[in-house]
Amino acid sequence: MNQDIFVAVEHLRGKVSDISYIMLAAAHDLAQNTGGKVVALLLGLNAQQLAGNLNADQVLYADHSLLTDFNPEAYQRTLIGIIDEYKPRAVLFGHTSIGTDTVGCISAQLGLPLVSSVRTIEANNKLISQICGGKIMAECNLPEPIALITLVPGGYKPEQGQSTQSPPVTAIPVQVLDGLRILLNKYIEPETSDVDISKEPLLIAVGRGIQNQDNISLAEELAQAIGGVVCASRPVVDQGWLPTSRLVGKSGSTVKPKVYLAIGISGAPEHVEAITGSDVIIAINTDSAAPIFNIAKYGTTADLFDLVPALTEKIKNIKG
Amino acid sequence: MVTTAISHTPSFSETFFTSLYKVENGERFRTCLQCGSCSGVCPFGYLMDYPPGMMIAGLRADEFDLVMKTDTVWMCVSCYACAQICPSKIPITAGLMTRTKEELLLAGNVPSELQSALENSQRYGNPMGESPRKRADWTTGIQPPVTILGRDRRPVDVLWFVGDYPSYHPRVQYVAKALAKVLNALGINFGILGPEENSDGDTQRLAGERGLFEMLAEKNGRIFSKYQFERIITSDPHAYNALKNEYPVLSISYPVQHSTQFLAEHIDQLRPLLKQEIPATVTYHDPCYLGRVNGIFDEPRMLLEAIPGVKIVEMSHNHSSSLCCGGGGGGMWLDGFQWEKAHARLSEWRVHEAVDVGANILAVACPYEPPRFEDAIKMSQQAGQLVVKDIVELLAEALG
Amino acid sequence: MNIIVPVKLVPDLVEELSIDASGTALDTAWLRMIINEFDDHAIEQAILLKEKTGAQVTVLSMNIEGVDDLLFAAAARGADRLIKLNGDFVNASNNHALARAMATLIQDLKPDLILTGVQAHNDLDGSIGPRISNYLGMPYVGYISGVNISDDKVIVRKEYPGGLIGEMQVSLPALLGIQAAEQPPRYVAISKVRQMMKTMSIEELDLATLDSMGAPVVNRMFQPETTERATMLSENAEDAANQLVNIFKELGVL
Repeated sequence: MNQDIFVAVEHLRGKVSDISYIMLAAAHDLAQNTGGKVVALLLGLNAQQLAGNLNADQVLYADHSLLTDFNPEAYQRTLIGIIDEYKPRAVLFGHTSIGTDTVGCISAQLGLPLVSSVRTIEANNKLISQICGGKIMAECNLPEPIALITLVPGGYKPEQGQSTQSPPVTAIPVQVLDGLRILLNKYIEPETSDVDISKEPLLIAVGRGIQNQDNISLAEELAQAIGGVVCASRPVVDQGWLPTSRLVGKSGSTVKPKVYLAIGISGAPEHVEAITGSDVIIAINTDSAAPIFNIAKYGTTADLFDLVPALTEKIKNIKG
Repeated sequence: MVTTAISHTPSFSETFFTSLYKVENGERFRTCLQCGSCSGVCPFGYLMDYPPGMMIAGLRADEFDLVMKTDTVWMCVSCYACAQICPSKIPITAGLMTRTKEELLLAGNVPSELQSALENSQRYGNPMGESPRKRADWTTGIQPPVTILGRDRRPVDVLWFVGDYPSYHPRVQYVAKALAKVLNALGINFGILGPEENSDGDTQRLAGERGLFEMLAEKNGRIFSKYQFERIITSDPHAYNALKNEYPVLSISYPVQHSTQFLAEHIDQLRPLLKQEIPATVTYHDPCYLGRVNGIFDEPRMLLEAIPGVKIVEMSHNHSSSLCCGGGGGGMWLDGFQWEKAHARLSEWRVHEAVDVGANILAVACPYEPPRFEDAIKMSQQAGQLVVKDIVELLAEALG
Repeated sequence: MNIIVPVKLVPDLVEELSIDASGTALDTAWLRMIINEFDDHAIEQAILLKEKTGAQVTVLSMNIEGVDDLLFAAAARGADRLIKLNGDFVNASNNHALARAMATLIQDLKPDLILTGVQAHNDLDGSIGPRISNYLGMPYVGYISGVNISDDKVIVRKEYPGGLIGEMQVSLPALLGIQAAEQPPRYVAISKVRQMMKTMSIEELDLATLDSMGAPVVNRMFQPETTERATMLSENAEDAANQLVNIFKELGVL
């Protein structure tokens, strides 16, 4: 029986996403226990070069114009064909806009078991999933015969899934892809702002705890005083209090600042996954049980409405 | 006799106007003189597209739908200044302003902060969205332990209805602890409902959610009937107003006092215990719902006078002309919205008045006030060393 | 046009969650349930489409405690038809089983468009939308934040990381996984909900026996260890501000 671990690589606009490398790292853990190879699945048009730094034993590459950009139906059909033919031990997908559009339909179509939100693989291929806003972990065995798994970031670093040696790439034939009922019309870029928060070294982030649009000025004054940039978690952007370009999170930007000051942010996984690259996270939240304190280096339950103005004042005095 | 029966579908204005008559004393809306006093005394009247007087004019002119298109009725903080000054004694606050907010709510037209507070009140029994199970956490560490009726099933003399902000807000929890200390010093046999207590619902009622108010009142009524007590006291004037004036309409009727009334009754027993001097100039802010709406002015002052060292001064607006702190009618949950329009907070005006009259301490008797006035002091450079204390906190300090 | 919106109740995270005695599931004693946030958006999006196109909106959910309030609130927002589904949910509350059983039922409702939340925080075996779409032979796209109906197609805005949107066209009938409605779910006055309780009725349908085949079996459930908890600074704002200034100096940002 095939004991290989397959990884459905995700790429967007010519760039392989971090989750793909994270999946490869997890795949190696699985493969060590099953004794199989790690095989990356790459779908696209003239996209072989994306395989360059994948840490895999082999890459299967399917080339077709209808696979150029992600299309749920085209990707599903292609992957169903591949899985049906090769029958690997497991296939990993990202728990993302791309992965989750694909895996559920495949699971239903082929009658294969699916475990989602997996964060780490533990001894004897136990899958550890993270659910309920990160408050609960669940352990499951690797299901049989072919396990479909979606992965969330946090358990592995992307670097673990990258390699300096390019893996061998094998071209494979593609399924017939006519009669697609889903078509991509175009991409729409987010509103360009003068700031790319993913490149900023000092971020002042506001969350639901800021309570209303007016209070954001507290964060802006602090940012101005210290030379940082204001960004936000989803609830703030959903309300329209800050533009989408300032959104930090799963559906926004991933940031890697030197200092990330999280103000009134609880620390839900969708936000946390985008800030783990920060050097130092400092959290201000009156709820001592907020999950953000589990990943922050420093924290305080002081009230932000007292602390932030006081901090701004002190910084202004120091800077003169 | 010939009658001309022309069928006439009532306009929105007509239907709305007629519905106002159903409010207590509602027929007085017909007697509006258009004197403009209400619009003039309204603290945010100058910002409203249609201040109260003009809303009534709009109704008469069959143009109320124009009023409904604006959102400035949300500037109303239900302070009752208009109703109080009206020469025709029209129930403007409870009748017109609240009913207009009700109509806007029914149309799904409500500022998002207020929406969260209302949804939280419905779901968790408090506008902050805190877990109901933690409602009595503020009592941890108090000796002797505070009786929580659901846990310590025994009859008490006094049921203390604590309220949302004293239960959950970090600043106002100090007021709750202070009242517990004073009640214990007086040897009062009291208990609280703890996790079984729901928001009194009065502010939600005035923000236009009549249905939510009734739901909360019914829940509280059911809980009250489980336990034995002689009377209810509360430090929250909004809860006091609800329990005294609105709950009986729903057949939930108990003797109720504001904590200042209750303590004033015990003044002879309390005075000798107030040994610690508090040498300060104190000015007292009459909360809208204790003073203007329910006529309780003397008891709070009596308590302050009993504290050794205290010198009382009155601000230029006092007793029934007291200036609202801005928290009522949903104002606590419309801060961002009201700030956008006004760029001024009512609480800041009041703080300036306290400073002008030379006060060291601004004494309050409503749970909305400590956080509101303390924020205002931070925003106001002249406020200097002015400190905000609930009367009960001062009494607890004076107990030593 | 028929829009079907399957929704579900999930544990409310405001309360502390705990594991039951068996160690494999959540303790339901103090569990408070709330509508899945993304399903709430799905209802709102359906109502917005109804307001634009006059479509009929049917909301359906599993018959567990709290479902009546959920459905009447949906009616107060504008849902036309309310259905609760009967079944043994204690042992088989996973999407593998539910999707199989619900698909047949939904097929009978003759859907043109199905909207459901893209995911729910208590999903352990993927979300239900894609599975139902497969059993119904419908195309599926998820992470949708905008829907426009145009003849026999629907134009959707699909969210990607970084704020990027992919505009896609999907042939009807289709199933969409909603991330966000075009406007936040509107407020519903309690008096309106109470009115619905008097005037609307909830239909009941029985689900076929639930077959969990393929769903993950949980060995154990546990709460994450908080080994690397943050160094907590003072809870006094003034002191904390001073401490932060020192930290910033150490880090070289001040």
